[in-house]
Amino acid sequence: MAISVTVAVAPFGIVFGAAASTAGLSGWEAVGYSVFVFGGSSQFAAVEILSDGGAVAAALVAGLLLNVRSLAFGVIMAPALTGPRWKRAVMSQVMIDESTAVGTASDDLASRRYGYLAGGVGVFVVWNLTTIAGFWLFSGAGDLIEDLGLDVAGPAAFLALLWPRLADRRQLVVAIAGALIAVGLVPFAAPGIPILASMSAVLLARAVGPLQPSAPNEQVEGAA
Amino acid sequence: MSDAMIVLLVLASGTFVLKSAGPVLLGARRLPTSVQSVVDLLPAALLASLAIVSTLGDGRNMTIDARVVGIVVAAIALWRRAPFVLVIIAASGATATARFVM
Repeated sequence: MAISVTVAVAPFGIVFGAAASTAGLSGWEAVGYSVFVFGGSSQFAAVEILSDGGAVAAALVAGLLLNVRSLAFGVIMAPALTGPRWKRAVMSQVMIDESTAVGTASDDLASRRYGYLAGGVGVFVVWNLTTIAGFWLFSGAGDLIEDLGLDVAGPAAFLALLWPRLADRRQLVVAIAGALIAVGLVPFAAPGIPILASMSAVLLARAVGPLQPSAPNEQVEGAA
Repeated sequence: MSDAMIVLLVLASGTFVLKSAGPVLLGARRLPTSVQSVVDLLPAALLASLAIVSTLGDGRNMTIDARVVGIVVAAIALWRRAPFVLVIIAASGATATARFVM
C-alpha cells in the first residue's frame, strides 16, 4: 500500500511542477514548496492564487487552511510516533493524507509507525522528483494532463483512501454528511473553506447518536 | 524577495507547527475517549469532501465533466477490490476516454 500511494502522487507532482513554472516561480522556489510545505493541495492553492494575481495574504491563508488537517492527522498518529521531541518533530514532517492513511491501516503501533514512515518518505521522494520533472520538462503540459485524464487521479486517490472506512456505518454517515456540507458551501465560500467546514459533520453525527471509539485505537498500551 | 518566496517561508513555518504539534506536544498520551472518537471520524469527513470537491469543484462553480465518469469508474474498481494503482489507471483512462468522446 505504501508503494501504491507513492506511485499515485507522481502525476500530481508533475502537475505541480508545471503549475509552478507557469506561475513564474523559480526552480528552487518550486522545489522549496515541495520540500518544506509538502502538502499537495496546500501548495497548489498557494501557487494558483499567486498565479492569478491574488494577494500574498490570500495565498497564505488558503495554503495554511488546507494544511490544518495535518493537525488532526498528527493527533491520530501521535501514539505511534514516539521518541525524543526532536525526532517526533522530524517524523511529523511527512504528516500528509497518504502517510496517515497507510499508517492507520495497521492495528499495532509498530506497524503504524512503519507504514506512516514508509508511505511518507516514499511520497516525499517521488513528490520532489516529479516536481522537478514537471517544472523542467512539462511546463505548459496542462493539455497533456487533461488528455490523459490524469486530473481525476487526485479525486480517485481521495476516494480510494476513504473507501475502507465506509464499511463502518458511523464513518459512512460522517463521510456522506461531510461531502454534502462541502458541496453545499462551494458556491459561497473561498476555496479550502468547504473542506474545513466538512469536519463539522463529525459533530453532527455525534448529535444524532453516540460515538464509540473504533477498535484499532484500543492498542495504545504497548507504547513506550 | 518575491511574493512566492514570502508565501513559501511563512506557509512552511505554519505547516511545520501544524504537522508536529500532535506528536511533539501530545506524545503517547491518550486523548479523552470523547475527543478520540471525534478524531477517529475526522478523516472520513475530510477525505469525502476532498474527493467530491476535487471532482465537481471548479473554483466557486460546480461542473459535471469527464472527471465524474472517472470517479464513478474508480468507485466501481474499489467495490471490485481492485488494487490502488489499478483504480487510478482505470479512473484516468475512463476520464480521458470520456473527454475524447464528449
